[in-house]
Amino acid sequence: MLSKFQIFKIGFFDVAPHLLSVIPFGIIFGAIGIELGFDPIMTYATSLIIFGGASQIVFLQLLSGGASSLIAITSVGVINSRHLLYGAVLSRYLDKLSLIKKLFISYFIVDQGFAVSNVYLKKNSEQSFNYYHLMGSGIILWFCWQIATIIGIFLGSIVPEELGLKFAIPLTFIAIIINELRKLDHLIVMIVSGLAAIFFYNAPFKSYILISPIIGLLAAFLILKFKK
Amino acid sequence: MTWTSIFIAGFITYLTRMAMITLIDKDFFNENFRKILNYVPSVVFPSIIFPGIFLDDYGTLVTITDPKIYGALTAVFVGFFSRNVILTIASGLASYWFLIFVF
Repeated sequence: MLSKFQIFKIGFFDVAPHLLSVIPFGIIFGAIGIELGFDPIMTYATSLIIFGGASQIVFLQLLSGGASSLIAITSVGVINSRHLLYGAVLSRYLDKLSLIKKLFISYFIVDQGFAVSNVYLKKNSEQSFNYYHLMGSGIILWFCWQIATIIGIFLGSIVPEELGLKFAIPLTFIAIIINELRKLDHLIVMIVSGLAAIFFYNAPFKSYILISPIIGLLAAFLILKFKK
Repeated sequence: MTWTSIFIAGFITYLTRMAMITLIDKDFFNENFRKILNYVPSVVFPSIIFPGIFLDDYGTLVTITDPKIYGALTAVFVGFFSRNVILTIASGLASYWFLIFVF
């Protein structure tokens, strides 16, 4: 039987390759915050308090562009609403935990951590302490995001823009779902949600991030019906 | 004012993270709904991937010659056969940089 620490380490190593995109993205974010005219503490505070990469950038961009707080906050809420789906998926694995542990783990739920830990939890759903995988992946992502933000704040754009490192973000997500490409039903659902995201990209408050997964889930629902 | 906004945005984000985990008990979703939830990664991540490849910074469609498209195709190809996360990301970036800097 694996110990809590061993499972934590597996989580750590499973998510480690994704730091390849998380760290440059964090540095870019820190630099953008300062460029937009926010002070270092405020820029860093968003990493600690909001802790959601894309939403932090949108938040600071909107505020610096003179948008009202209400619009900035709504956009953050909409962008991060995808966590509701992650929570719905993870809830079955975290069911037995105390409320305090649930509240603690919740803070560390991010895209890459959810993706790798979901795979592990699915395979090892009966293992005790399996949620330590989620903590391992989440905490290392959190830690690197904090450090990367600080580096970006103090060193500025040390990541040259010409490198186009923003492109590492879609790549890291491709790596996350690549194994699902082998299944035709998943492939169809991916194409449907991806095209929907492009179609609704200019919808207000970045709501494409909410609309297109819902359209994708509807497609999944139809596929499941059809399969029966 | 900005500080208040940061705290509210952070609180809302935390709510999105904890809501389903703390409020829903195991039997809340029936079997069919759980099957649909299996598709969550396959619906959320393409919603981030597609705009990241096919749209530019201003939200307009890129042309068919855009290096991002070929970087992504390389990553899909390498990832599909290697099943390796680092190789997937690295091959995508390498081919993207090759197209940008060499051509």
